[in-house]
Amino acid sequence: MSSLPATVRDIFNEPGCAQNRSKLENERRKGCTKQLQPGSAAGGCAFDGAKIALQPFTDVAHLVHGPISCEGNSWDNRGSVSSGSDLWRTGFTTDMNETDVVFGGEKRLFKAIKQIVDKCDPPAIFVYQTCVPAMIGDDIGAVCKAATRKFGKPVIPVNSPGFVGSKNLGNKLAGEALLEHVIGTQEPDYTTPYDINLIGEYNLSGELWQVKPLFDELGIRILSCISGDGKFREVASSHRARAAMMVCSRSMINVARKMRERYEIPFFEGSFYGIQDSSDSLREIARLLVERGAPGHMIERTEAVIAREEALARAAIEPYKPRFKGKKALLITGGVKSWSIVAALQEAGLELVGTSVKKSTKEDKERIRELTGQDAHMIEDMPPREMYKILKDAKADIMLSGGKSQFVALKAAMPWLDINQERCHAYMGYLGMIKLVEEIDRSLFNPMWKQLRRPAPWIEPARAIGQMHSPAAASISDPAIDKTERRAKKICVCNTVDLGTIEDAIYSHGLTSVEAVRQHTNAIGGCCKRRIEDILQSSPPPVLQAAE
Amino acid sequence: MAVVTTSKKACAVNPLKMSQPIGGAFAFMGLREAMPLLHGSQGCTSFGLTLFVRHFKEAVPLQTTAMTEVTTVLGGYENLEQAILNIFLRAKPKIIGICSTGVTETNGDDVDAYIKLIRDKHPQLARLPLVFVSTPDFKDAFQDGWEKAVSRMVEVLVDTPAVEALRDPARVNVLPGCHLTPGDLDELRIILEDFGLQPSFLPDLAASLDGHVPDEFTPTTIGGIGVDEVAVMAGAGWTIAIGSQMRRAAEAMQAKTGVPFRLFERLSGLLPSDEFIAFLSEISGRPVPTKYRRQRGQLADAMLDTHFHIGGRRLAIGAEPDLLFDLSSMLHDMGVQVIAAVTTTRSTVLERVPTDEVRIGDLEDLEELAKSKGCDLLITHSHGRQAAARLKIPFYRAGFPMFDRLGAGHHKSVGYRGTRDLIFAIANLVIEDREQNHGPTPDTWRISNLPSAACRRSFKDRTERPIA
Repeated sequence: MSSLPATVRDIFNEPGCAQNRSKLENERRKGCTKQLQPGSAAGGCAFDGAKIALQPFTDVAHLVHGPISCEGNSWDNRGSVSSGSDLWRTGFTTDMNETDVVFGGEKRLFKAIKQIVDKCDPPAIFVYQTCVPAMIGDDIGAVCKAATRKFGKPVIPVNSPGFVGSKNLGNKLAGEALLEHVIGTQEPDYTTPYDINLIGEYNLSGELWQVKPLFDELGIRILSCISGDGKFREVASSHRARAAMMVCSRSMINVARKMRERYEIPFFEGSFYGIQDSSDSLREIARLLVERGAPGHMIERTEAVIAREEALARAAIEPYKPRFKGKKALLITGGVKSWSIVAALQEAGLELVGTSVKKSTKEDKERIRELTGQDAHMIEDMPPREMYKILKDAKADIMLSGGKSQFVALKAAMPWLDINQERCHAYMGYLGMIKLVEEIDRSLFNPMWKQLRRPAPWIEPARAIGQMHSPAAASISDPAIDKTERRAKKICVCNTVDLGTIEDAIYSHGLTSVEAVRQHTNAIGGCCKRRIEDILQSSPPPVLQAAE
Repeated sequence: MAVVTTSKKACAVNPLKMSQPIGGAFAFMGLREAMPLLHGSQGCTSFGLTLFVRHFKEAVPLQTTAMTEVTTVLGGYENLEQAILNIFLRAKPKIIGICSTGVTETNGDDVDAYIKLIRDKHPQLARLPLVFVSTPDFKDAFQDGWEKAVSRMVEVLVDTPAVEALRDPARVNVLPGCHLTPGDLDELRIILEDFGLQPSFLPDLAASLDGHVPDEFTPTTIGGIGVDEVAVMAGAGWTIAIGSQMRRAAEAMQAKTGVPFRLFERLSGLLPSDEFIAFLSEISGRPVPTKYRRQRGQLADAMLDTHFHIGGRRLAIGAEPDLLFDLSSMLHDMGVQVIAAVTTTRSTVLERVPTDEVRIGDLEDLEELAKSKGCDLLITHSHGRQAAARLKIPFYRAGFPMFDRLGAGHHKSVGYRGTRDLIFAIANLVIEDREQNHGPTPDTWRISNLPSAACRRSFKDRTERPIA
């Protein structure tokens, strides 16, 4: 087993990663993620990433070696689904105590493994290293080796203490553990020319099952999915696949690349989000399989399926297009999703205000540029306050993101849709696309929003006027020209102050009296006193209704 | 008298326990414009954050010092300094609550000394309270973290009064345990105010995690008790502590300010509520308002209506000590037999849980006990869902985390009204289970069916006829 620093260095040098290749040597070693900022860092640690990547292997026991934080605070929180064993949902941890920290936790770890073998007898046990045992020098590699020998079943160390880096690094460390200890250790019962691997697909909300019927129809066998609805034996014999599709390049590119080097399994990077991407991915799989010796009619059959599915999906989406006309979406996600969802949204007729590219590669960005035609939509890093403002000012009608930022949208009383790991709905393939559009529609047109955005009856009229006149409401009321004209009207003629200036002052300072307006603008309050009073009291223009 | 035992397993299976640092951080979430900060690696914070967000369905402020491999070796001073400065600049909090983790405790970071150094170096932080609590996660549990954090708040944030300072008898300090929900705190506030008392809750989760839409976006807590309000707690006439975990904080308060305290170990059930109401009447000098006379009558009636369904049930319960004691005692008072009880950490109340044995263990222990002893009602947090599905018995979710149902923050169990709602909820669950899973069939009473455990239960159900 190579040392952890060596593994980490190796991962940062990933030649399969285009972004990495474009960097200088010394920069590359620092890895993809920004240096963590204490006090403003977010997201999981390397252990989190490793566990996420491997936990969807359903028939193995996942044992976390560490104090209670690492497993006690996090178990049973993944949206992956299993078609068979439920063992993966059981939380196993050594729950290290003070004594273990002082005297070392290796003995406890070994006993824990024995306990699992005695009780559950799984085909394999994955043992995760965390910060505290790494600090005190517990050698989980050695313990796993001894346990493997003693119990006659694979006990696989996943060397992933949280402090070595980000969640993404953890995904890759998990991949390394698979490459080193699992892949290629068993043989499949039989092989076919249609065997493929899916890498970086986690079967969240059962998404894999949205596309699997298409594979089945085409006669393509998923020899192994790493790791959604995965089984140990499948991944152990995955080296016999003919081709591979890498679904999430950020998480496991090292696995795809090394499997190509070691076992000559060609791979491509694809996605099943959106109609076009789904079709492209199916085509690419068929092409690779034919290239590796599958009969040529595979291609025609695939095209036939694609044509049928596309027609069905387009017909299902068509009725939504007029409803979505002019609606704008803000997309805060990462990696492949930053463009594949963009494509999906555009197919449904939504406009895009922005998409985050914080976690995207150069290729990802290139694709966004292709899709949206400009750079303006790319957001490098957006603090929550900024997101809130965009939504509050209604520059976007809906936000799609992961669960952690949901309240930014919801608290601004704006529609939000979960497209990350904790989501309840599956959005993959042609069916998933239809589902996504349905969900967006359901969210955008929920009559609830109208009620929520009304000010409470006791909020003083001036403030209500302010809200009505806010740039927020104004920007959604489309006749912008109308607005400019109206606002340009001179109110204080002697000192040439226009309506817009006065409205802005009233809004931004929450003014209620002529006196106060006078203090904040050049308006003298002589000739225009009556008019300013009228503005202060005027009933709100019907912009809010126009917004819905 | 319950015997407290400890599970001897090397491997905890399906943990009931959550870590001490996030218990500490949780307490800081009850302070206004606060930012809790975990001194550890990113994951320590991220797991806790996810847990809170899924429970409350609210934005939760929680930061990390983002310890890396290198800084773990070299010591976390710089990370702590940077974290504090970053938070100070970006989030502009009124207070930063710092909890250590297993990583930094193993390393031996002396955070108190670090804070002194940081203050010397950065005079702009002079007025920013930095409260540090030592909470290694290889020790103790969630409730202990809360207990320690609140005690520290009292020690650090409450001003020592001048000798001749007057106390206002109408003002009351309330120190709630972490087993109380924002809904519970709201209920308590109403009760106290109905007696003309002005309560200050430390910490006050009701104002920060009660699920409301704020006017503005804020990166810190959106409500809670202000640091300035904590400072003047010495001026209160009484301190009311709820849950045995709060004894330490109440004693600290008394030691520092001389304010006498009264500890209520539980507030669910008729008798504890009577005691509470009587005490409030006594300290406020006011008669019990009509409202509570009515509520008491309603609870009494609810007890009459529900006892047919709850009475005789065999309960398996897994919870942190104070919640375990509170719920199991209340249900015991309703005729429930507490058969299996599992908890997370030591506490003085455990011996008084009305059962034979309380085990410090995990959900696997609870499931095995429930199965072997034929329990027919399960109460624990959401992680118990898998066990409940396997055991096929009604499952009531209580405690933290409750991530697979909505409205966790508004559950109520205190006072006459809270108890009434709680026992109705549990009784309805039992009735529903009976309707769905234990309806009679032609074979139900056949002799050949009797010996198996499952049928023994359904046989018993038959004798408890539902009343219309």
